[in-house]
Amino acid sequence: MSGLMQYILTGLSQGGLYALVGLGFVLIYNVTGIINFVQGEFVMLGAMLAIAYQHLGLPLPLVILFTVLTVALIGGGLEIVSIRPAKNATPLTLIIITIGLSMVLRGVALVVWGTDPVVMQPFSNAGPVKILGGSLMPQEFYILGATVLVVCLLYVFLDHTVMGKAFRACVINKLGASLMGIDPRRMSTLAFALGAGIGAIGGVVFAPTLASYDMGVALGVKGFIAAVLGGLTSVPGVILSGFIVGIGESFGTAFVSSGYKDGITLLVLLLVLLFRPQGLFGIYGSKRV
Amino acid sequence: MKKRIIGFLLVALITGSVLSGCSNSASNTSNSASNTSKPAEKADFVIGAVFDITGNSSSLGIPERDSVQMLVDDTNAKGGINGHRIKLVMLDNKSTESESALAIKRLIEQDKVLAIIGASSSGPSMAMVPIAQEQKVPLVSAAASIKIIEPAADRKWVFKTAQNDALVASRVVKYLKSKNFNNVAFMLVNSTFGESGLAEFKKVADQEKINIVSTQKFEASDTNMTAQLTKIKDSKPDAIIVWATPPSASNVAKGFKQLGLTIPQIQSHGIGNKTFIDQAGDSSNGVVFPIGKLLVAEGLPESDSQKSVLTQYAKDYEAKYGPRSTFGGHGYDAMNMVIAALKKAGDNPSRELVRDQLEQLKDFKGISGVFNMSASDHNGLKEDALVMVKIVDNKWTYLKD
Amino acid sequence: MHLSAGPKLKAALILAALAVAVLLPFTLDNSIISLLIFAGLYTLVTVGLCLLMGYAGQISLGQAAFYGIGAYSTAILTTRFAINPWLAMLAGVVLAVAISFVVGWPLLKLEKHYLALATLAFGLIVQLVIVEEAEITGGSSGISSIPRLSLGSFSFDNDFKFYFLVLGFALIGSLLAGNIVNSRVGRALRAVHTSEVAARSLAVPVNQIKTQVFALSAAYASIAGSLFAHYISFVAPNSFGLLTSIDFLVMAVIGGMASIWGPITGALAVVFLRRLLQTVVPMFFPRASGEYEIIVFGLILVAVMIFLPEGLFSGVKSILSGRGLLKSRTLKLKNEGESVQIRVMEDEQDTGGQGNALGSQRS
Repeated sequence: MSGLMQYILTGLSQGGLYALVGLGFVLIYNVTGIINFVQGEFVMLGAMLAIAYQHLGLPLPLVILFTVLTVALIGGGLEIVSIRPAKNATPLTLIIITIGLSMVLRGVALVVWGTDPVVMQPFSNAGPVKILGGSLMPQEFYILGATVLVVCLLYVFLDHTVMGKAFRACVINKLGASLMGIDPRRMSTLAFALGAGIGAIGGVVFAPTLASYDMGVALGVKGFIAAVLGGLTSVPGVILSGFIVGIGESFGTAFVSSGYKDGITLLVLLLVLLFRPQGLFGIYGSKRV
Repeated sequence: MKKRIIGFLLVALITGSVLSGCSNSASNTSNSASNTSKPAEKADFVIGAVFDITGNSSSLGIPERDSVQMLVDDTNAKGGINGHRIKLVMLDNKSTESESALAIKRLIEQDKVLAIIGASSSGPSMAMVPIAQEQKVPLVSAAASIKIIEPAADRKWVFKTAQNDALVASRVVKYLKSKNFNNVAFMLVNSTFGESGLAEFKKVADQEKINIVSTQKFEASDTNMTAQLTKIKDSKPDAIIVWATPPSASNVAKGFKQLGLTIPQIQSHGIGNKTFIDQAGDSSNGVVFPIGKLLVAEGLPESDSQKSVLTQYAKDYEAKYGPRSTFGGHGYDAMNMVIAALKKAGDNPSRELVRDQLEQLKDFKGISGVFNMSASDHNGLKEDALVMVKIVDNKWTYLKD
Repeated sequence: MHLSAGPKLKAALILAALAVAVLLPFTLDNSIISLLIFAGLYTLVTVGLCLLMGYAGQISLGQAAFYGIGAYSTAILTTRFAINPWLAMLAGVVLAVAISFVVGWPLLKLEKHYLALATLAFGLIVQLVIVEEAEITGGSSGISSIPRLSLGSFSFDNDFKFYFLVLGFALIGSLLAGNIVNSRVGRALRAVHTSEVAARSLAVPVNQIKTQVFALSAAYASIAGSLFAHYISFVAPNSFGLLTSIDFLVMAVIGGMASIWGPITGALAVVFLRRLLQTVVPMFFPRASGEYEIIVFGLILVAVMIFLPEGLFSGVKSILSGRGLLKSRTLKLKNEGESVQIRVMEDEQDTGGQGNALGSQRS
């Protein structure tokens, strides 16, 4: 079928985005045990800030750099201001805090940028690239590229830097890590900053497709689904699941109906939760202390 | 200790909000009471407005809010309606049905309005219709679905300014027939606007023997419609009709470019603002759609009865707010009609009087068209309210057909 | 429950609150009554949710689905099949409970955040089905002209009358929940919340209880949804989505889940706070609408969670009773190699450790 390649390609490009969003979730969850409802808004901020910086006249590479740094700072800052003070909070309290934070960010975006989606030119003005009967816009390559880049950078960070190793230590055993002189509170802030930065990268590459104050909600949910499908504690899991969700949606639209495409993803999620709650790669019950 | 103080402050804030919520309403009613009892000045006419200022349809609601505000400020600066100032109460329904219902209740019961305009989109408008009917308050909607004013027997109090989707559908079919496009595909956004549009289009298409070979839906928040377009491509239509508003409408247009589709793209009156062209960029070129004359006002022949109203509105709006949009025009027309009705309703108008005057509007030159209201037609527009426009070089051009 | 006041004072306070509730609509204007009606509806849903979360410890991000099932059952049965509204409401409850059993039995075995996600997915699926099955549900356009509720010849056709109807339901719902909490079932629920393992070892039928509470919360939400449909006489899918479920969650948590008065506190606070913001914000920012409201709302939410995590009602209670805010301490217990942390609400002065167990984490 001529369309098959197109469905796959579209699914991959959407999936790359979901993978990025989900990756932020996984990082934060691994270190802090918090389900971060603000993740979608970090993506949104990435998109909106990128356009704002671009309007200042900065060249694209600087735009990307500044955006990611700004959002990472915001992420870390939010953690210090609202998560740290909530000592000994129940998981539910923390979830509600992140929900409140997401409302605040959404509201601020609404005030600053208004309700109309803002427009960013694609990074490259070239036309669609044909691949085996389907086509991808250049921007979709950027999305996929960003995903690959982030994953590589993350591995380098976690495996080859001292801070990264401290990070991993916290993931494996918080108590042990603190005994080794690693401050889990600092790691928590770092986790938020990293998660926010990764989300922002997703937002930046997605901005030419869509940048509006309310884009975070739906993306957050999809990223969350990808994270859980992959097993909330696994990085390769979330990346793979992101692509699975993307392709699943694409095929759902193609072969079932546009209306039910989200339903199929959700149903798959429910089934996975029922029969293999640890997701594809996770370990059941491994919650962060 | 510190936590205790802060906790106390929080509780005080919340308690204070509850109490002041009550006292706010009390002071509101006493204010309006004292206003109307001043003998020397003329009483304000209170008019309510409910628009989709935030939420999905904000690109409709914001120009409507701005146009209405502009008109009210203008009218008041010129002395009001026969000396009565207009007091405008503008509420945001967040593009949802339940907020619309709450808003209209508040306007009727607390602000005691003479008439209400809104909402911007069909769903929230439908939510207000039963309340307006029951409470007998004139309601002038700016939304598209014909269900807002039909069946006429149950819509005595409800009017609307935007062209009915039924009208738009028949204009589209007329265009299709003129180009001999007999097999078409239909893409719609999953909302009242899209569903109503499809329903009306089907009716006319069946009559004119046009075949719908494929129907595809998408969500207002979807960004990638290539899957739907690929499916449509397989069914080989002569033209593809898209019934949506930005940003989804723009994303469909982008999908056309991505897949390199050369099939003619016909959109709806939902893309009557610059947002569509901004978002779709080059992909917007070649799109054809039926729309009110506002977008090509300057290019109309001098003999066109709407031209002066259109060009004046366009000039005023663009000076203050930015690029024009037909949605702003729908809101403008709604307020303008209420003002016109109030002008004839004397110093102590009742809601009944306003309603009657609205129903009697004839040859009313508005932005959306020339209105001729009647008891059986509370929209009052005919096909000549719409023109076909083609986007060329990122600009709207008048298409004579 | 652990009150400082004696039983007589408690009864007096309750009667006073009731008197206020009954007399209030006579003094206020209609739009405030409208807000109170919404607060009442939300209280119903939140009571059910509190039973589920506060006592059984299950997080639900999908209550709006049951709210919607009730609303749509009422809408469809009364408009398309001309069925008596009360029967339609009952049918809605039956449907909601049935679905909750089917969905709950397998899902409630999951743990906290998995369950949260599962209920999230469930809620989204229900909303999707409502939109897609347009033939029955009217799709995105919804269903309008839902008839009024009436008892015999007395019709609840204005806000004033409807308020009392909702007040009645809210009161009955709260009292029922209160009874459950103080009964054997309630104690079993708390046992489950504290530690499922421990509960099982005491022969508490854990899965059964969890599913029953889930069904009960579904019933509450369904009834509230049916009332909502009759009140606005119009239902549309976007009133029953994720944001609504989150609203209910917020109300439950803000009000406080340790007490039967928590839900109504939360519902009132949220409804009136929104209204206050709507009125006050345009005074400072003339062209503003919903934008600033959501910022302030979010900030208050975060603040309440940080400083009054047990909810407003506990905060009010302890301030009124002149004690310090109830502090929470984490006790760590070890049990067969599995260490259980239990959070206990304690007085600053009272070190006896009497209180409610509110949360537990296994590690």
